[in-house]
Amino acid sequence: MHEMSIALSIVDAVDAQARVEGAGRISRVELVIGRLAGIEPESLRFCFPAAATGTLAEGAELDIEEIAAVAVCGACGFRFSVTFPVAECPECRSLRISVVSGEEFVIRSITIEEGD
Amino acid sequence: MCDTCGCGSDADAVIRRPGQGSGHHHDHDGHDHHHGHDHDRGHDHDHHHERRERKIGMEQDVLQQNNLLAERNRGYFEAKNIVALNFLSSPGSGKTSLLEKTIPQCKGKFSVAVIEGDQQTTNDADRIHALGVPVVQVNTGTGCHLDALMINRALKELAPEANSLLCIENVGNLVCPALFDLGEAMKVVVISVTEGDDKPLKYPYMFHEADVCILNKIDLLPYVEFDAAVCRENAMRVSHDIEWFDLSVRTGEGLDAWLAWLERKMAKR
Repeated sequence: MHEMSIALSIVDAVDAQARVEGAGRISRVELVIGRLAGIEPESLRFCFPAAATGTLAEGAELDIEEIAAVAVCGACGFRFSVTFPVAECPECRSLRISVVSGEEFVIRSITIEEGD
Repeated sequence: MCDTCGCGSDADAVIRRPGQGSGHHHDHDGHDHHHGHDHDRGHDHDHHHERRERKIGMEQDVLQQNNLLAERNRGYFEAKNIVALNFLSSPGSGKTSLLEKTIPQCKGKFSVAVIEGDQQTTNDADRIHALGVPVVQVNTGTGCHLDALMINRALKELAPEANSLLCIENVGNLVCPALFDLGEAMKVVVISVTEGDDKPLKYPYMFHEADVCILNKIDLLPYVEFDAAVCRENAMRVSHDIEWFDLSVRTGEGLDAWLAWLERKMAKR
């Protein structure tokens, strides 16, 4: 389960950024996760509070936006949504598709409470 | 434990040479922490003056730390003209046995060095050490995959020769290692006929990332319900251009094609 180490690296990044900003604590972390990013949002939600313990992100709300995945057919150029890295073009049945979105995994923002 | 950055309170990946004890070896010198980043303070400010809250835009890739280190490793390989292959599979598919058969065949052609990844023990590194090639073992502790920092640290210990082949044997796991770039030139996934021929579809992320697939233990095909053609077709669905080798490490059948491919890769650098 890689979500724990992922959660730790998110906490590491947001904690460092919050310190630069002189924050007292982080109240909210906004993430963007593509459906093909290989990350289970639920596992991440489960791991995050434990990973955040003892950091500025302790108790922070985790706000996850999931992004749908879109693929383009290499044979006919048709764009369509996918839920799996393997797909067949619904127009021409080609398997030569490439995923153009849905692999994102980004920390979009943090909301901090100012330190004293 | 922070397996992604390794710089947490108890980064517990341990790098050992065969025969060495399990003394911790936390070398944090020389790895830069890119925790800060550039951003425009002027955007995305939600003002809640009563709670003095402030929203700060980051737009930072979560795997950025790993990916930056992976690129540093890649630069090191490029400068030293080293071909690095990342070997991935379930536990027991035959990664170490494949290396045991492959490495002696490389003697006199090019040098080989190995980084072994396992949660515990130096068993695999001991097997490689017996072949007389440089090897270090990375024990990930509770970690389920190798990451770029572990490789970065292992490289300092191993100091592989210029113009050589570096084989990185990842932790046996078809899920997590797919996500972590180590800086390798190619990913080689190994499956065996005692597994299911639908494995590429069940673990698509791994096969999607792989450049080469080795189907091992083909000497057992008469005894198991495994359709090699179906397995290959499934792998091609997930990774259209995957290079494919059927072989048996035990009998040596099919090894020649794999070794010839490896030699071509080494010659083409």
